[in-house]
Amino acid sequence: MTELDYPFDSGYIMKKKKSLKRRLEQECPPPVMTKRIAVLGGSTTADIVRVLELFLRNFGIAAEFYECDFNRFRQEALFPSQELKDFAPEIVWLHTCIRNLSFRPDPAMSPQEIYDGADDETAGFVQMWESLKENFGCTILQNNFELPSARLMGNSSGSDPRGLVNYVGRLNLRLAEEINARSGVFLCDINYLSAVCGLDEWSDPQYWYLYKYSLNTRFIPDLCYEAAKVIKAVCGRNKKVLALDLDNTLWGGIVGDDGVENLCIGQETAEAMAFYQWQAYVKSLKKIGVLLTVCSKNEEENALAGLEHPEGVLRPDDFTLIKANWDPKSENLINTAKELDLLPDSIVLADDNPAEREIVKSVGLTAPDIGSVGDYIRVIDRAGFFETVSLSEDDLKRTEMYAENVRRNKAKAKFADYGEYLKSLEMTAEIAPFKPVYIERLAQLAGKSNQFNLTTRRLTDDDMTMRMNSDGYITLYGKLTDKFGDNGVVSEVIGRIEDKTLDIELWLMSCRVLKRSMENAMLDELVKHAEKAGITELVGHYYPTAKNKMVAQFYGELGFEKISADDDGNTVWRLALADYAGSKNEAIKVISEG
Amino acid sequence: MLLLKQTMMRLTDVFRDVFDDDSLNITPNTTADDIEDWDSIEHITLIGAVEEEFGMKFRMGEVSGMNNVGDMLKIVMERGK
Repeated sequence: MTELDYPFDSGYIMKKKKSLKRRLEQECPPPVMTKRIAVLGGSTTADIVRVLELFLRNFGIAAEFYECDFNRFRQEALFPSQELKDFAPEIVWLHTCIRNLSFRPDPAMSPQEIYDGADDETAGFVQMWESLKENFGCTILQNNFELPSARLMGNSSGSDPRGLVNYVGRLNLRLAEEINARSGVFLCDINYLSAVCGLDEWSDPQYWYLYKYSLNTRFIPDLCYEAAKVIKAVCGRNKKVLALDLDNTLWGGIVGDDGVENLCIGQETAEAMAFYQWQAYVKSLKKIGVLLTVCSKNEEENALAGLEHPEGVLRPDDFTLIKANWDPKSENLINTAKELDLLPDSIVLADDNPAEREIVKSVGLTAPDIGSVGDYIRVIDRAGFFETVSLSEDDLKRTEMYAENVRRNKAKAKFADYGEYLKSLEMTAEIAPFKPVYIERLAQLAGKSNQFNLTTRRLTDDDMTMRMNSDGYITLYGKLTDKFGDNGVVSEVIGRIEDKTLDIELWLMSCRVLKRSMENAMLDELVKHAEKAGITELVGHYYPTAKNKMVAQFYGELGFEKISADDDGNTVWRLALADYAGSKNEAIKVISEG
Repeated sequence: MLLLKQTMMRLTDVFRDVFDDDSLNITPNTTADDIEDWDSIEHITLIGAVEEEFGMKFRMGEVSGMNNVGDMLKIVMERGK
């Protein structure tokens, strides 16, 4: 459920807890497992339990909870009550905070006293874990400590062993050592999280004075999400694959149109650096056993060329699978899962395009809103898809393992109804003869469109203006809006009138609206305008270039017949208007003028 | 200073969200006794949601001193946005 996926709105979750709980039951698939979780707190836990329940349910885990009486975590852990014994927890979360310290340093103490204090405090926690393990054989989630909001000795509080900032750092390291030395005990890093949220806000003491909450209640969702990430990872609910779009996701620009040399990645500009850092982060995910795949609407050779960019970090062999084609992404992801012998829900798609994310989500797959390139790392990192709870030899070798499986298993999946998806985009096109206000954009499109471009004529502003004003031409631009916003002018067609024939000298479309049936809508309008001008047949040309292979059969697909072809692959096509049966466009509502 | 009618409408929406009841109506005389789910835990959620809606914060004394919706309304109209 989107409201519970990172990045989420904490205020909304706090306010709508009740209706979210109801909707989870109604809208989400049934839980795949149930877990009994005891939250033993040194502060109030009421809403913490209720919000944790929501996040876990969203991860497919139905949780039952036990809460101890206020601040009785020590007693419950060391000498469990009958109620806790009856509950028999599978997971125990020791939700403690700096207010629960049993020892605090003091300027009058010697450093040794303080080191001993940290050791004793740590030993106290170790004792609690051992008791819980012995009684329940449970998994344990342990908070570390947030920094204090007041520093008696100022900055020296961080450097002097007698300072509380220094002490909390020492204690957190000691706890980390003990956690790391054990299996089945995991850290909930509230020291990190409180810094992320802002310590002053996090530690606003009003919430302690009024309600005995250890933190500002508006951060309860952030805290619970952190705990939920670890719990779902322990329960085997992590994602396994990061599928990546290419154009404007792994680099700036469109490799098929702009060419490899013009892609934005490297050290030259701010954006290029952001894409570089993101590629480096993605590559590092392999080190914790995440499989990388490509899922991109591209010609495969262009995709590979982009991944060989000299300033890039990722290379084709970093990817277990590369799906670069023009099929729907949902279909490609389902195939990816099949070929890797995984369930589709173990894949996360990183894609800059909200329309692509929508179609992928509509079939139940994961595709977070990754924001803009400066946000990509944070969103993928903080969402915790690959939260690491153990790092095995297998994790380190996983990419190789799967590469072998892929060679063995070449399965194919078919995705159902693309037409329904197109309708759900609620598209409206404005298609009309050229207007002065669009001339600059039309010339720009003609100058840079390479893939969906039948003749690749680089017409200038003046060429466009001449054709707009002449009776000897029919010109059309197409502007496409969908429910995600206005795509602007994305297509243009120019035909020269020769008696009763319209010779189409330019037809191009931006790749970002590929497979939307925009080309059919353009043809319908072109036919209307041609008939009005007394035209009886359309003639189209395809001139092959290194980049426009995708439209080699374009006119044939629209119902034109091929009338000639030469040795260079240039083809000529003809459509008699009397034979034209009308629209194949069902998804776009067209507003025409002129 | 916010207007009474609009403030009451926004406050009603917050109550409806928090108590997950679209038919819920409140008046200045409404107290926790009138709404079944309005217990001490839900009171904390309510305070947080009202603070977020109106971009303001209740003082500690106010949180414990409010006796009915009217008390809350008065503070929100004075300091809310």
